[in-house]
Amino acid sequence: MQEDEKKPRKVLLIACGALAREILAIREQKGLENLHVTCLPAKLHNRPALIPARVRAKIRAAKSCYDKIFVLYGDCGTGGMLDVVLREEGVERIGGPHCYAFFAGQERFERMMESDPTRFFLTDYLARHFRTLIYEGYGLDRHPHLRDLLFGNYRGVVYLAQTESEELVRAAERAAEMLELPLEVMRTDYGELAPFLERIA
Amino acid sequence: MTEDKDKNQDEDIDLKALSDQELVEQMWDDLYDGLQEPILEGTNILLERKWLPYDVLTKALIEGMRIVGIDFRDGILFVPEVLMSAGAMKAGMAILKPLLAETGAPSLGKIVIGTVKGDIHDIGKNLVSMMLEGAGFEIIDLGVNVSVETYLEALEKHQPDILGMSALLTTTMPYMKVVIDTLKEKNLRDDYIVLVGGAPLNEEFGKAVGADSYCRDAAVAVETAKDFMKRKHNIKAGAGKASAS
Repeated sequence: MQEDEKKPRKVLLIACGALAREILAIREQKGLENLHVTCLPAKLHNRPALIPARVRAKIRAAKSCYDKIFVLYGDCGTGGMLDVVLREEGVERIGGPHCYAFFAGQERFERMMESDPTRFFLTDYLARHFRTLIYEGYGLDRHPHLRDLLFGNYRGVVYLAQTESEELVRAAERAAEMLELPLEVMRTDYGELAPFLERIA
Repeated sequence: MTEDKDKNQDEDIDLKALSDQELVEQMWDDLYDGLQEPILEGTNILLERKWLPYDVLTKALIEGMRIVGIDFRDGILFVPEVLMSAGAMKAGMAILKPLLAETGAPSLGKIVIGTVKGDIHDIGKNLVSMMLEGAGFEIIDLGVNVSVETYLEALEKHQPDILGMSALLTTTMPYMKVVIDTLKEKNLRDDYIVLVGGAPLNEEFGKAVGADSYCRDAAVAVETAKDFMKRKHNIKAGAGKASAS
């Protein structure tokens, strides 16, 4: 009985696939062995309306096997519907509208958006997969003339860098070039993600 | 690439040989595939066959875009395909626009539209504007990142029937309430039909912010705007009759 009480609680984190690498890195750095992770495909962001139901299904499938479940999604364009599901399921998520906000820090991100909403944000994941997810995903490889329709209102690209990587900076530079926008690199590390994972583990 | 595809289409199908109904259905397919050339040709053929420009617009182009809208909503088509379709429709509209003006096609009403402050996303808003314009509304497009002050100035200047607001971000959609609350404070709310739309919105949100209606997509926006204008005219006609009696 006493041994059971000493056992760390078994925690499941249901996360967006775009954050898997970062979660695993933090888990290893901080030694959060009791934190189990399951991911939903990052491409769900193309149909945000599907996210709440997919998260709910994951929660229900895992509920009986874990002491506690948390969700690592921003609102991610669900218009508050993810929070409705999470309230119904009694599950907490990291705060904020999307990952840019918790990497940059909520208040800082809000200030950035208020001062200039014309910046397109990249994270490590987006810099790494820009060509497939954004450039090809939005058909710019096949229809380059769509660039102005899709990105014509943007005035710059901000790369919120979680890690120090020359390779990713170069990838961000290439992304900015494809959009014909100036690039700003902002080192954020893991922002509010690391303390969130430490708190829940 | 598109040109080659267009050429192949032209080689495969002689649009002039098709009956009116077949041609219209072919134009729906061409719009779906985002092919400008056959849309231009089909538009011209229907006009040569003495179709009214308004009928070409509504029966061939707008109906075609309605189908595109449904498949976008259902996840069959994605943003680039919809933009290609919109480009094809725009090409057809460019032929029809001057003719519509000449033939005095019915003006259904005036709409001031814009993406709310803090938000620069305008794909959906532009599509809605194009469809509404096609349906016969006069559009005053305020663009993106529109403040409450700009909305109010435009409302005062243009005296529209409808105010349309769009947002793509969860963080910016609450600004719609700021605009509507300001209209209420100034006792202007009842002067306008307020329609809202954007990917993260839903019906509940539309009600919560005090809009008259949430429009799920561009085709719904057109139907909703038409419906509200009909009701507005009915109310006016009813009031006219009441005062006459």
